[in-house]
Amino acid sequence: MSSKKGVILAGGLVGLLSVLLVHFGNPANMGFCIACFIRDTAGGLGLHRAGVVQYIRPELIGMAIGAWLISLAKGDFRARGGSSPFTRFILGFFVMIGALMFLGCPLRMVLRLAGGDLTAILGLVGFTAGIGLGIVFLNRGFTLRKTYSLNKAEGFLFPAMQIAFFTLLIVAPAFIFFSESGPGSMHAPLAIALIAGLLVGVVAQRTRMCTVGGIRDFIMFKDTHLISGFLAILVVAFVGNLITGNFKLGLEGQPVAHNDGLWNFLGMVLAGLGSVLLGGCPLRQIILSAEGNIDSVITFLGLLIGGAFVHNFGLASSAAGPTANGKVAVIIGLAVVVVVGLMNMNKSADVTMKGDVKLGA
Amino acid sequence: MALNTVDARGRSCPEPVILTRKALEQFPTGVQVILDNTTARDNVKRFAESKNYKVAVKSDGEDFVLAITK
Repeated sequence: MSSKKGVILAGGLVGLLSVLLVHFGNPANMGFCIACFIRDTAGGLGLHRAGVVQYIRPELIGMAIGAWLISLAKGDFRARGGSSPFTRFILGFFVMIGALMFLGCPLRMVLRLAGGDLTAILGLVGFTAGIGLGIVFLNRGFTLRKTYSLNKAEGFLFPAMQIAFFTLLIVAPAFIFFSESGPGSMHAPLAIALIAGLLVGVVAQRTRMCTVGGIRDFIMFKDTHLISGFLAILVVAFVGNLITGNFKLGLEGQPVAHNDGLWNFLGMVLAGLGSVLLGGCPLRQIILSAEGNIDSVITFLGLLIGGAFVHNFGLASSAAGPTANGKVAVIIGLAVVVVVGLMNMNKSADVTMKGDVKLGA
Repeated sequence: MALNTVDARGRSCPEPVILTRKALEQFPTGVQVILDNTTARDNVKRFAESKNYKVAVKSDGEDFVLAITK
């Protein structure tokens, strides 16, 4: 499954399941959207009180549990952490602010394109530009330093947290919120969403699927491995949308999207740059978290708190467009992420070489 | 023949691939890379093979040692 064929099949499956989840009730072009789902989960837990985006998304829980079980079975599970944790938290926080300016994570950006949403084109341009800028940092020795081995128990806490979320979703105590209108109220039946999530968790873990990695590796190494999965999602979701009647070509009136090109662009510059410095898109962070990568768990917490802040402070865009607060937050985010990039570069790449290459070792 | 060694343990992708690329620029005949996760192992192997190197993977406890040669 680590072959290119595996990546393409996995991408195709993600595209197919995305179309099916919309068919069964998810908001349009939102079969999967890691940023949206984390924001909805933050709302379901009451971390923000935007009534239209509150629902503990079972897809996320399924993805984490699927990736956790398959990584245990295949020997990929390894508890590790300690690579600039607070920097990762901050990067995750601002990736969420960028994504919710655009109204979607990179995966939803692909799904929006596949649904005929032409406003996502400038998002893709911004995303690619952000990745390009991140690559400049990487080539100049940007690093969040080493990660270290941890006790296995540490790695089990993230899947355990997901099981706790699932319990809260099922038991639905009074303090858990469920949207009665808006995107949060639109969802596929729980069992379908959970199973779709499990499947995506398994294939994404096996293939290391990553939207940021796809474009990054293509630019850096001319490696088409991961980007072929990205393209497979696009093609299969496009065909699926045509079949189910959910394809709608145009710029105006696109579902859960706005047509402010500049801010779609800048939002995704922020999401792309932040993600490339983190080493993977929000989807990849969920999968890595489930594999025992505590640095990714910290990133997830940054995304979760970011999602809560976005709605507490009125930063999120809506179909009407971006908000003034959101624009300020994206500008601040771009500045912070660039400073993080600059502060974590080794002065000279050659110094790293001498340290890491031992003659005759 | 002993190969020059890149110790990329603890590094998350794409750093192991970047380190390997730099090392191969400096030592084009081959290098040995030590890694500690399967993603990095697969990525470095794919990168080296795309540059027409031969890659032999060995497990060493929790680590992987990749001998990359022409």
